[in-house]
Amino acid sequence: MKFGVVVFPGSNCDSDAFWATSHNAKAESVYLWHKDSEIPSDIDCLILPGGFSYGDYLRAGAIARFSPIMREVINFANNGGYVLGICNGFQILTEAGLLPGTLMKNKSLNFICKYVYLKTENYNTAFSSAIPENKILKIPIAHGEGNYYADNETINELLSDNQIVFKYCTEDGEIDDSANPNGAMLNIAGIINKKGNVMGMMPHPERASECLLGSEDGLYIFNSLIYCLK
Amino acid sequence: MLKHGILDVQGKTVENSLHSIGFESMQNVRIGKYVQLEIHADSIEQANELVKSACEKLIANPIIEDYNIQIEEVK
Repeated sequence: MKFGVVVFPGSNCDSDAFWATSHNAKAESVYLWHKDSEIPSDIDCLILPGGFSYGDYLRAGAIARFSPIMREVINFANNGGYVLGICNGFQILTEAGLLPGTLMKNKSLNFICKYVYLKTENYNTAFSSAIPENKILKIPIAHGEGNYYADNETINELLSDNQIVFKYCTEDGEIDDSANPNGAMLNIAGIINKKGNVMGMMPHPERASECLLGSEDGLYIFNSLIYCLK
Repeated sequence: MLKHGILDVQGKTVENSLHSIGFESMQNVRIGKYVQLEIHADSIEQANELVKSACEKLIANPIIEDYNIQIEEVK
């Protein structure tokens, strides 16, 4: 099982993602540069990490979406390769059209950096199958544009095709406005594409991948991939 | 500009601030982006088509934003 962590100019969670997958989850991991024009054939899962690619100029993810490697990321995904977008990576995936909807400014207009609780809405994915049933995940967010928005038709499709993987919830697992940090529709924190091989999430599992960091819950996501793809 | 019906939290915050300094008559503040560029094209129509395509692909986010294009000839 080999992860490839894509490094864009302005990525700042690439080392964390590399460490979480290689050291903590004990898989292989390599860095891929945004100017690379091919993805090594032995990569099983690409990670688009968090950060501020291209300074978030224009809109978060809008410029990175046209980085040279993105053409290959799109081909990789279209050929069934697994792609995990975290925070800025999620924003890049929506800009690239690999995931529906978009991420707007947080409702409060504040940049929010704190632990949140997540309820898993779909355990039947390569990204979530190792999460114990009914386990509430404690994983931090750190973003200014994480307010998930999509038109009604898209939201209905997400619901009918079970594409919502994570929702923000209270510590007790209640999904309500008090647990919604950014105004996201339906408390959406993470979604998956119809084929089930591309997932985006605003919370940072790599920042919750060892006890020293305050939570290991993020490891469930990397371990799900490792179990499914090995 | 954010499409009609999509909450513009930035606009709302500015509106509240305007009200607090005495501009109570001002409502429905919406904040957008203004992008200015020069383009080499054979005609206004061609320039319009190119800019429209650029808006759809990059400059605007068609999911949440509307845009309009104004073209002036540079002498």
